[in-house]
Amino acid sequence: MTSAEWPLWEVFVRARRGLSHLHVGSLHAPDAAMAVRNARDVYTRRGEGVSIWVVPSDQITASSPDEKDAFFDPAGDKVYRHPTFYEVPAEAKHL
Amino acid sequence: MKDQYALALGDDALVLAQRLGEWVARAPELEEDVALANIALDLLGQARTLLTHAGELEGAGRDEDALAYWRDDRDFRNVLLVELPNGDFAQTMARQLVFAAYQYELYDRLRASTDATLAAVAGKAVKEVHYHRDHATQWVLRLGDGTDESRRRMVAGLDTVWPYVDELFDDGGNPGPALVAEGVAVDPATLREPWTAYVGTVLAEAGLEPPAGAAPRGGGRRGLHTEHLGYLLAEMQHLHRTHPGATW
Amino acid sequence: MAGTDEREAAFYAIVDSDGRIEPRDDMPEAYRKTLIRQIAQHAHSEIIGMQPEGNWISRAPSLRRKAILLAKVQDEAGHGLYLYAAAETLGVSRDQLLELLHTRRQKYSSIFNYPTLTWADVGAIGWLVDGAAITNQVPLTRCSYGPYARAMVRICKEESFHQRQGFESLLTLTRGSAAQKAMAQDALDRWWYPSLAMFGPPDTGEQVSGGHTEQSMRWGIKRFSNDELRQRFVDMTVPQSEVLGLTIPDPDLRWNDERGHYDFTAPDYDELFRVIKGDGPCNAQRLAHRVAAHTEGAWVREAAAAYAAKQRAKTQTEAA
Repeated sequence: MTSAEWPLWEVFVRARRGLSHLHVGSLHAPDAAMAVRNARDVYTRRGEGVSIWVVPSDQITASSPDEKDAFFDPAGDKVYRHPTFYEVPAEAKHL
Repeated sequence: MKDQYALALGDDALVLAQRLGEWVARAPELEEDVALANIALDLLGQARTLLTHAGELEGAGRDEDALAYWRDDRDFRNVLLVELPNGDFAQTMARQLVFAAYQYELYDRLRASTDATLAAVAGKAVKEVHYHRDHATQWVLRLGDGTDESRRRMVAGLDTVWPYVDELFDDGGNPGPALVAEGVAVDPATLREPWTAYVGTVLAEAGLEPPAGAAPRGGGRRGLHTEHLGYLLAEMQHLHRTHPGATW
Repeated sequence: MAGTDEREAAFYAIVDSDGRIEPRDDMPEAYRKTLIRQIAQHAHSEIIGMQPEGNWISRAPSLRRKAILLAKVQDEAGHGLYLYAAAETLGVSRDQLLELLHTRRQKYSSIFNYPTLTWADVGAIGWLVDGAAITNQVPLTRCSYGPYARAMVRICKEESFHQRQGFESLLTLTRGSAAQKAMAQDALDRWWYPSLAMFGPPDTGEQVSGGHTEQSMRWGIKRFSNDELRQRFVDMTVPQSEVLGLTIPDPDLRWNDERGHYDFTAPDYDELFRVIKGDGPCNAQRLAHRVAAHTEGAWVREAAAAYAAKQRAKTQTEAA
């Protein structure tokens, strides 16, 4: 007998053109074709999206918690990556 | 006669929405509860617009609720297929495939109706029904080519609904040649070929055969229904009729 | 590898600064277990809660109300789904949680063990039960566990329509015929105390310290005590009942100027415990319905899984 519990899928929705797909949650589905359909019903009932991606949850590779500090702490001191690092005169608009 | 046509299409959608609503909290999986409710909501929306339009065309002051709640089963114009009990999930999916494939071809053509309201309803509904057809297709493929049990149930489901297929394409006086000639209505007989092509492809892919040999049933468009409709309406209408004239 | 003390310190550093714990973070085992139990109970409540309202979908007295009710019950399935998914980030499966529900080893909100006898009960559930649920849930949008908090943000957004439609439905009844108004009052009479009981037993005085509430507050899972939330609900609901022109079935209900709150009669907690234990009017019916849906759906789930396995096998053969 095949295991009847359907695998878990992560759902990403593009809210509108010009934006990235964002993770909105997960659901169960037997396969990709059903997952994308279920995602439409479950996560875009109120017109929340124009495009959906589904990814099997077990296919996501995550940075391990042990490496978390090594991965993310160095970025903390690269303040120049953030636009607020740069002071510009108030009269310079649209920056 | 235009009002009778709108009524027939509206009754189809209303009665099937009522049946699909029975699945809520009973579906095989939570995701499917959500999907079936979505389809029921689409159909209910179509029914409301079509019944409202039928009432306006009739010109006797009846709104969607007057038509839904104050007609007896002999005055309902839906095809028999939609009033059949749900049966198991396979039977429900067999009906969904048959009916959504029919509705898709119908609405696709009705978008060109000379009746602006019918054209507008069809324009919106064709997208909804495209999804209903796809949903049923996915399930018929999975049940037909899933396990032995699902296949057995899928075959039985198709057997149960198949006698009610012919009625979908039988004009039987509604809409009638005049409305078709005016470009208001779609001659249902013209839908048979594309319907057969679509459903035939799905069944073939699922390794299923269209059932053969069952005597066709009909009469719904003339108000001759199965015994099931009376109970469906009794349940649907009782509260509304208990409080005549009340606002909800 | 950081030591246990160090990891626990890191956990509390996040919680204490009102940060969010995420699935792959270290967390105390008791925190994880408490969350699983709470989120699962919440998810179970959503899906069992579909039944009392679903009971009226086929009989809704207008097509507009039928559409609203269908959409609402559908939302509840969706909410159950979001919550099961949040629980699954803690390392349990939805199947495991459903098994615990079906075998009575996990609970759901006692409120859903009361019957919906008239159409007005649907309105009363929207107004009172969803109102109480929102009171409980809004603080959970700031819960320390990220996936739970995010699910609650989504749910609270969607729930606001539920409460409003319930209130509006009752308002229509109270402005309608005498029979409709009586139906609305009867619904309030039956749902008031079970709604108050939704906040759980009192946790003031002795029980607030050293107990479950204190621990959950320390972990940022709970932000307010049961009694605080109950009071907040009463204070919010009484003026609404006046707009409806309905009488809350509590002769001792009155504004207390000194406290700045309404005084009210507490629900019967013995009844609450009886219902939680399984002795409510509908416990057996609700669970039997849920188990039947799950059991009858087993062949469908198996078929879809079998089909997926066949398709995968086909793809692999083609690739080879």
